[in-house]
Amino acid sequence: MIKHLLDITDLDRDGIERILETAANLQPDGGAIRKYPALRNRTVVNLFYESSTRTRTSFELAAKRLSADVVNFAVSGSAVEKGESLKDTAQTIMAMGVDAIVIRHKASGAPHRLAQWVDAHVINAGDGMHQHPTQALLDLFTIRQHFPSFEGLRVAIVGDVTHSRVARSDVQALATMGAEVTLVGPPTLIPPQAEHWGVTVTTDLDAVLPKADVVYLLRMQLERQKAGYVPSLREYSRLWGLDSARASMLSDEALVMHPGPMNRGVEISAEVAELPRSLIVDQVTNGIKVRMALLYLMLGSPDGSAEGAKANG
Amino acid sequence: MAEPILIKGGRLVDPAAGRDVVLDVRIDGGHVAEIGPDLSADGGLVVDAAGLVVAPGFVDLHTHLREPGREDAETIESGTRAAVLGGYTAVSAMANTDPIADSAGIVEQVWNLGRAAGWCDVHPVGAITAGLRGEMLAEIGEMAASTAKVSFFSDDGTCVNDAALMRRALEYARAFDAVVANHAEEGALAEGWSMNEGEVSALLGMRGLPAEAEEIIVARDIMLARLTGGRLHVPHVSTAGTVELIRAAKARGIPVTAEVTPHHLSLTEDSVRSFDPVYKVAPPLRTKADVEAVREALADGTIDCVATDHAPHTLESKDVEFDLAPCGMIGLETALSVVLTDTSLDLTAVVERMSVAPARIRRLKDQGGPIAEGSVANLVVFDPDATWTVNPHGMASKSRNTPFAGRELKGKVLWTIYRGRVVVSEGRIDHGKR
Amino acid sequence: MRPGRERERLEAARVGLRIGAGFSFFHLPSPLRVAAVGEASPLSGKPKAAPMDAGDLSRALARIAHEILERNKGAEHLVLVGLLSRGEIIAQRLAERIADIEGVKVPTGSLDIGLYRDDIGLRAPAELKTDHIPPIDDKIVVLVDDVLYTGRSVRAALDALMDVGRPKAVQLAVLVDRGHRELPIRADYVGKNIPTAHGEEIVVRVAEADGEDAVLVAEREES
Repeated sequence: MIKHLLDITDLDRDGIERILETAANLQPDGGAIRKYPALRNRTVVNLFYESSTRTRTSFELAAKRLSADVVNFAVSGSAVEKGESLKDTAQTIMAMGVDAIVIRHKASGAPHRLAQWVDAHVINAGDGMHQHPTQALLDLFTIRQHFPSFEGLRVAIVGDVTHSRVARSDVQALATMGAEVTLVGPPTLIPPQAEHWGVTVTTDLDAVLPKADVVYLLRMQLERQKAGYVPSLREYSRLWGLDSARASMLSDEALVMHPGPMNRGVEISAEVAELPRSLIVDQVTNGIKVRMALLYLMLGSPDGSAEGAKANG
Repeated sequence: MAEPILIKGGRLVDPAAGRDVVLDVRIDGGHVAEIGPDLSADGGLVVDAAGLVVAPGFVDLHTHLREPGREDAETIESGTRAAVLGGYTAVSAMANTDPIADSAGIVEQVWNLGRAAGWCDVHPVGAITAGLRGEMLAEIGEMAASTAKVSFFSDDGTCVNDAALMRRALEYARAFDAVVANHAEEGALAEGWSMNEGEVSALLGMRGLPAEAEEIIVARDIMLARLTGGRLHVPHVSTAGTVELIRAAKARGIPVTAEVTPHHLSLTEDSVRSFDPVYKVAPPLRTKADVEAVREALADGTIDCVATDHAPHTLESKDVEFDLAPCGMIGLETALSVVLTDTSLDLTAVVERMSVAPARIRRLKDQGGPIAEGSVANLVVFDPDATWTVNPHGMASKSRNTPFAGRELKGKVLWTIYRGRVVVSEGRIDHGKR
Repeated sequence: MRPGRERERLEAARVGLRIGAGFSFFHLPSPLRVAAVGEASPLSGKPKAAPMDAGDLSRALARIAHEILERNKGAEHLVLVGLLSRGEIIAQRLAERIADIEGVKVPTGSLDIGLYRDDIGLRAPAELKTDHIPPIDDKIVVLVDDVLYTGRSVRAALDALMDVGRPKAVQLAVLVDRGHRELPIRADYVGKNIPTAHGEEIVVRVAEADGEDAVLVAEREES
């Protein structure tokens, strides 16, 4: 297993399969939550420069259910104000002896810099607008619970792709697994270069819905209206929001997903969020399993055994 | 007084005199004393220049020496040492120091510090606007009249976004026959950028600066130059679109000159994929097509010269997340080598672009050649074929932010002679008798 | 519709094991796979002896079934838990024998010790398989495995059991004991003692997974 997970593309298809399969064999559904001693003498640090209860808790529970010790370094504004650089913080953490650092940061590439400065495994929990690899993994896992194969699966990713690290990771992960991705949204929020990502780009959501197997909604933030990317959230919602009327255009088997937290009434209506086909809650549950699998496979490998992205026997 | 020097058997590449021939050069009393074949040495230092090129010392139109104010990154002393190691005998110290060089007092201070260091000529550049704020003209006349005799003005680092103010600057500078160089970066398009806007920035999720942000300002400034008859210089050209604008302007006889940095001749936005802030620079590294366009433009003269935009930054300030890092790369010590390694200019063109043209743009009498009897001896002797590996820790600059660290480059400066005195011998600073 | 599908697939996986579908549904055969300690591998080396054939296996299991019933005075409170993957198959066979003898269906389950191993981080992480541990509180749990070697797998299995509940007692049944214990562990029921050298390995094959019943001794091939 790889030493660091910085981009989803650090994993090849075999690597992704390995993680998904391991996750499937942990904590079978409906059973009691089990705690395993596998990472008993290990320490995992959550270094979150952006506040995120959801992802941080998910990583924390994943590590604790493998019996690792978890330390939360929630970096408040004051630490940054005091001028403690990321590099300083990294060196402080390493001086305490840790095995893995899970980092979320608002600067794209921060985990890549961190990986230069520490010996520990580095897991990217979201860097700027760049990547969110574990989100992509748990999304793949969730989709696979409903569709046995990704080959030719039609996935529509809807919304603010330009500012979305989730979108970038998911596009690459789905492409690796053979799915067909369509990006839908306002032209101001989809990078023109996305045409070269091996995806289809369109502004017409209604045309895409009947054939989609998965509709993945991205969060639409108020800041985008303020910065002039869209005239108003109301207009965005009218053109690209998934309400009940649009949801009825979907096929019976189609799934609705969202990385959370949702802006109910903007990209997704409250009713649609509650439909059985909406897997937002499943995504959260699966997040813990997938992160457990990742931690087990990364920290369970002998040091220095990273054979690129190839899964080890 | 410096001892006499005889440079024997070197290939004299002197575009200003129109010659490229093997000849000996004798230097005495700060001037070129004699040029001819097989000169005899009578005392003094003999430099064996067989297989080496002898040329007028290079002239940099764009150097950040950081003093006053940012001496942790570079000082005039350390920066000029870096310059002579790169073969430069004259540099232009940019105004974005702290305090800003927008008054006679500061430019004179820089002038004096340059003379005290004594390694090469330091020509202070004055700010165009007071405080680089882009609101009001700085005291251009005072600076021109000072002992620093400033004849080149730039707000470099910041763009003069106000068209009316830029027009006034071009008009006013005409009274002093001064050049105005505007850092082209359209303010509103430049919000929060870290790198070139394009395929790579889209993939990396980074805010980008589109090529158009440079081209819009260059187009505007060219039109203002035509309107005012002022002397416009376009610093660090980085895009194919800018090249086209300059080419068209020159074809119509508009007095615009332009420079390109070694890094824009060599590197593309792909370097940024590593997220290493050493590659963060303004203007940003662009696409392969842009690099090819600027190389072609330098070859055909659309871009007049190479300028380093030597921009030192302390290790701590660069060793951070990409978004937070300041823009800039050092370049004095690697400029010649990068040009020889990454462009296909012949030696005459190299000397023309690195010495003759910049000296002409700045109207410097003692620089750029021709190397003739009686001229001030500002010379460089270099080996065009020697290879060396760039070691950021082995450089004279106080800063380490070179994007060429670890690269093997071709071309090595062995001797630099400043006003008849050896300042670099065998590729090392010569402290000598001063 | 959808949420139950995962459970169906897991169910199918266990059925797959029983009817000779080969390895676990989620197992990816890989040429780089290194045999985990104590686990019988699909013939990495050449066999040099065949101490047990199908008939021997059958008789040994019959005897063990009788011994279990004798020792525990019947099948009451018994639970059989087999270590994945061949241990589970053997446990099921034992349950069938016990049903034949005593007429009682003893609950049977499986246990994956991957996350309980003591060598995590020293070798490539073991493939995990889904296990199913029936209720064990106050029960007599008979752990079943194919080969007993260093004892580390059994130690891990004990840890797993303790995490799940509090059995009244835990006993150990193995088809083959090859010696070389590294921990103070001993089997209560042994099919056959086969002393081996460190350079050798015991390969247990069962019809449900390998197409035949046999116990072989082979040279361990260094991978």
